[in-house]
Amino acid sequence: MTSIFSQILTVMMMNIRSLPQRFWMSFSATLAISVVVAVLLSFLSMSKGFEKTLEGAGSENTAIVTRSGSKSELNSVLSNDIVNIITAAPGIAHNAAGQPIYSPELFVIVDGIRRSSKLKANLPMRGISSVGFELRSNVEIAEGRMFEAGKNEIIVGKAAQREFAGFDVGTEVRFGKTIWTVVGLFSTGGSAFESELWADTRTVQSQFRRGNSFQTVRVLLETPGDVQGMVDLVKQDPRLVLDIQTEAEFFSEQGEALSGLVSIGWALSIIMSLGALAGALNTMYTSVSDREREIATLRAIGFSNISAFFGTLVESIVLSILGGFIGAIASYLFMNGRTTATMGGNFTQVGFSFEMSPELFQDGIYLALIIGLVGGIFPAWRAARLPVILAFRGGV
Amino acid sequence: MSGKLLYDLKSVSKTFVKGKEKITIFDKLDMSIAEGDFLAIMGPSGSGKTTLLNMLGGVDQPTGGEVFFNNSRVDTLSEGQLARWRANNIGFIFQFYNLMPMLNAARNVELPLLLTKLSSSQRKKSVETALKLVGLSDRATHMTSEMSGGQQQRVAIARAIVSDPKLLLCDEPTGDLDRKTADEILSMLQLLNRKFGKTIVMVTHDAAAAAYAKRTLHLDKGVFVEKDLAA
Ligand SMILES: Nc1ncnc2c1ncn2[C@@H]1O[C@H](COP(=O)(O)OP(=O)(O)OP(=O)(O)O)[C@@H](O)[C@H]1O
Ligand SMILES: [Mg+2]
Repeated sequence: MTSIFSQILTVMMMNIRSLPQRFWMSFSATLAISVVVAVLLSFLSMSKGFEKTLEGAGSENTAIVTRSGSKSELNSVLSNDIVNIITAAPGIAHNAAGQPIYSPELFVIVDGIRRSSKLKANLPMRGISSVGFELRSNVEIAEGRMFEAGKNEIIVGKAAQREFAGFDVGTEVRFGKTIWTVVGLFSTGGSAFESELWADTRTVQSQFRRGNSFQTVRVLLETPGDVQGMVDLVKQDPRLVLDIQTEAEFFSEQGEALSGLVSIGWALSIIMSLGALAGALNTMYTSVSDREREIATLRAIGFSNISAFFGTLVESIVLSILGGFIGAIASYLFMNGRTTATMGGNFTQVGFSFEMSPELFQDGIYLALIIGLVGGIFPAWRAARLPVILAFRGGV
Repeated sequence: MSGKLLYDLKSVSKTFVKGKEKITIFDKLDMSIAEGDFLAIMGPSGSGKTTLLNMLGGVDQPTGGEVFFNNSRVDTLSEGQLARWRANNIGFIFQFYNLMPMLNAARNVELPLLLTKLSSSQRKKSVETALKLVGLSDRATHMTSEMSGGQQQRVAIARAIVSDPKLLLCDEPTGDLDRKTADEILSMLQLLNRKFGKTIVMVTHDAAAAAYAKRTLHLDKGVFVEKDLAA
């Protein structure tokens, strides 16, 4: 047993020492694997960060009412009358005064300048009331103060401020013909709302000429997750052409756009893995044919074919794990904590952070390991099957 | 022939199949080699010298007949068993030395010892002894790729004898060397045979090389004729 071990070790050491002879080939195979791993991990860390952002946003306690088929807050319109009818539905929680707890909201798009690209991008602005604050968990004014009703004042979400220039507390911003003052900075514990600007509902209605209409209504549910009372009312009343969803459902639908992106990430990684695999196979077959005579000579001396097999396999695995580490570390250095914005379902920017976790790191190394194993096993098999008489062939 | 019988080949045949063609190299060949012999095998190119040596060394199998080594049959052993048998009994010396270019001389010589239970200090001692015997003590840490052909073949001889096998199998050991260097190598083999009792089977084209052996067999079309050296 110790003999087998020292045989494998010797073959391995010889392979590794002869690596400089195949430096560029081995180097490019390693590099290909590191690129595959880096791409995969970038996609995964992006989806992880996005998931976390949306996870924080959706609650089972709140339902969101939109016009039927509008799919996003931006496309929805609700008249004041409709809001009054639906908020009378059963299943909605009431306050001490016996009034239903709901927040009619507006959702408009304004222009912002991205800090990174210096280009214009869509930025969502929400008309909201104090009830709307209560319907969202973890809302905190991190800097400055709340906006005042009836004034052109906004508060800015942390992610929005991070991504967009010119939203420091105290500055004035211009949207179309209107001028607004930034009076505060708010956080919502990392959820998607942090990518928004908030202002008083009535002020947004008048400044954006929305008359008396809203876009969505958020209601507090008596029983978390139970929207049946509202759904029944919509069925009975032909005036109500509405979709009722819990906020959690609503956001998870929004997230589906990105899950497509993650699938693309996987598909791309797999295609690239096949390329890297071809590179690894080629490198290892070359390594074996370079060492044919040496392997056969060792076998003639009495080395087992197991040592030829594992020596080759280990070379492949060492190269690929090296590639995996390089790729994982590169994507960690470039991606972790990096924030970016992507299109949410509202065609607005949702800011989020790349999340590089130890599990993702591990996934990257596993992928590299699989490429190394598959790329090494066939050449290793060839090495093990090499006829010993090759040692006696003439010519060098 | 004197001494204990080391090899006994009984009715050995060897046929290669190349596509549809069957090439018979040996047809029912009988041969025996005594312990302590120094046998040279000569013959024209393609007469089967290397094939015979490979069958003796268990790196190629006969298609018929039986090969006995020390009275036990070896042609029926499995590949793994053969590898162990070779490790215990045979040292190979090749025409092109077959050293590992990325290892230094001492590491090359050490290779067969990695198959034994020796400790690293015991291995080191054996390697030193073997290198001393071939006159390369001062070159232990040199890379073999930087050595002359004669020096490389001496390293290869050291590697072949380091684990003290009974038998040395040499295929054209001087085929790649000039006359003077060849004579040095052959004297060394002769010494190993005479002083250390190694049985040696050497394939060669060169009558001058064969002259160092105790006897010579001439192989032609799969059969041999034993000739007196003087003849
Ligand atoms: N693996 C093989 N497959 C088919 N034919 C083979 C194989 N090995 C050897 N031969 C044939 O067997 C014959 C004997 O070959 P061998 O190498 O034993 O000759 P040799 O006497 O050593 O020749 P040389 O002096 O040139 O080294 C040759 O005709 C060769 O072509
Ligand atoms: Mg030959």
